[in-house]
Amino acid sequence: MKVIKIDKNQWAEGLAKLEGSYRMFGPVAVQGKFPEFRELEKGDVPNLDVPNTHLSAKSVVYPQSEVMFEYSLDEHIEDHHLLREIEKDYSPRAVFGIRPCDAAANLLVKRNFDSKEYRDPYWADSFESCVFIGHACENPGGTCFCTSVGFGPFNEDGLDLLLVNSGKGGFLAKVITDKGAVLAKSAGWKTEGDAASIESLKKQAEAKMSSKVNTDQLSKKDATALFDAPFWEDIGFACLNCGTCTYSCPTCWCFDIQDEVKNKSGVRMRNWDSCMYPLFTLEGSGHNPRPQKHQRVRQRFMHKLKYYVDKYQAGVQCVGCGRCVKLCPVNIDIRTVCEKMNSYQPA
Amino acid sequence: MPVRIDEIVTETEDKMLKTFKFVFLNKEDEERFQHKAGQFAELSVTGKGEVPIGIASSPTEKGYVKFTVNKTGLVTRYMHNMKVGDIMGIRGPLGNWYPWETLEGKNVVIIGGGFAFSTLRASIVYMLANRDKFKEIHVIYGSRSPGLLLYRDELAAWEAAGDIGMHITVDGTDDPDWKYNIGFVPTITEKKAPPADPDTYAIVCGPPAMIRFTQPVLDNLGYAHDNIINSLEKRMKCGIGICGRCNIGDKYVCKDGPVFTLNALNHMPGEK
Repeated sequence: MKVIKIDKNQWAEGLAKLEGSYRMFGPVAVQGKFPEFRELEKGDVPNLDVPNTHLSAKSVVYPQSEVMFEYSLDEHIEDHHLLREIEKDYSPRAVFGIRPCDAAANLLVKRNFDSKEYRDPYWADSFESCVFIGHACENPGGTCFCTSVGFGPFNEDGLDLLLVNSGKGGFLAKVITDKGAVLAKSAGWKTEGDAASIESLKKQAEAKMSSKVNTDQLSKKDATALFDAPFWEDIGFACLNCGTCTYSCPTCWCFDIQDEVKNKSGVRMRNWDSCMYPLFTLEGSGHNPRPQKHQRVRQRFMHKLKYYVDKYQAGVQCVGCGRCVKLCPVNIDIRTVCEKMNSYQPA
Repeated sequence: MPVRIDEIVTETEDKMLKTFKFVFLNKEDEERFQHKAGQFAELSVTGKGEVPIGIASSPTEKGYVKFTVNKTGLVTRYMHNMKVGDIMGIRGPLGNWYPWETLEGKNVVIIGGGFAFSTLRASIVYMLANRDKFKEIHVIYGSRSPGLLLYRDELAAWEAAGDIGMHITVDGTDDPDWKYNIGFVPTITEKKAPPADPDTYAIVCGPPAMIRFTQPVLDNLGYAHDNIINSLEKRMKCGIGICGRCNIGDKYVCKDGPVFTLNALNHMPGEK
């Protein structure tokens, strides 16, 4: 695989060249705000110095709120009360500085949105319009555990190009896919780089990973036994059901569908939802299968670490980005929960 | 798929249940909407939202689809104020169905309670249209009072036709002319259900209390858990297993269900 060397000037020039042919996305640091991952406005440059953004990069493919249909309730209009499809912009997107964990998360989520049975057009068309230019993590964070769940700080799954800092504002770029090669060519990046130095930086980064979690026994456990395990009330005791874990998670995909009307025109939209909220499962009759918070906490962990494992036979629904660990206001730690589940022996 | 309301029938004396008959605005949608008894669809009202409801008409009834809707939330309350001729939408059919492939050539006892009878109506009409494909058919159906029974004219017609065993019951009534059973569904099941047999299947659909008290009765009668078929409900949104809401374990009620054998449910986490 090809490695390209990009110095500071070539980087800036390349970005300017790409602006015309791609919608550009990346991490942006704004004074007084947490860095965020979003579409770049004119004059914005992707800020690759920021550590992982609080909210993951999933919003590039899967916006927090997305309008699917529009309609008119005005009976003078011929197609009143009928849903109309909305025109979407699926022109090519260049996603700069996505971390390997967030890129890998897209592939985990793809199993839900783009399967043999159903292809969600909004998610899949968005995903396919993207070129993912990842940024390797030289200094993984203290709550990161990507290497425990099958990925790593230099992981290439879900990426088209991988950037590695080479000092003085420059990068070494590993070309992973044809899409990545096309982008590099359009940017004018072509100087051959040194593949061996990427390998050594990768080893150094992996050696810095401080968290290790075991997941090897999860697939062998009985789902109903784990569901009935005695530790869930303890784990969920402090939970505030704030939903921070689900919103910040790159692999949480649950959504709600709502209608919104202003005057005579309305839209049907979908919004990220969270299994931490009692309304998530509240039925019309008043019955709620998960009325208590420990039941909702259990659902989140069981989904990620057991149901997903059983359903797809492809590992856990977690990329080890560590956001939920870092951001949880009451220190609920998926690593601890995972160990409990992985080592659980029913009495 | 856009549809027009063709007929609205108020089913019960408390006026909480209405049956809507829809015709498709586009002929090709009507042809594409091929369902099997036991499936559901999302009914859509622009400006309000969608609601998942069991399909009350049988696939053998052509040219329209029917849904019996209980006045409960935002969409269903609005629907109860809609009129014949109004335009709305249907998205479906969704979910799985009662296992007709298995049930052919078998005895079937349908046990239903309250307003959960709509997909059971679809099933009865379907079986009657294919009467020679099934052996004995029994229907045990109960509600709190006579005025709360759904489809009363059809119940009477099925009873009169005599090619299925109809066992209608109410919890209680002060009607001196009431000629059917009085008693809860589990009690009537104990008295009227056919004996257990590998070739006899029970389809059970009703409120949680009815299901809870009917199961021990069927257990006593010796019904195997593979021969007891349930239909479940959950809060739903997408109806195609991707919005993550209606799961029990790794199964989604909207896509892998709503129909499950009791045996399958026994192996799923207890979150019903």
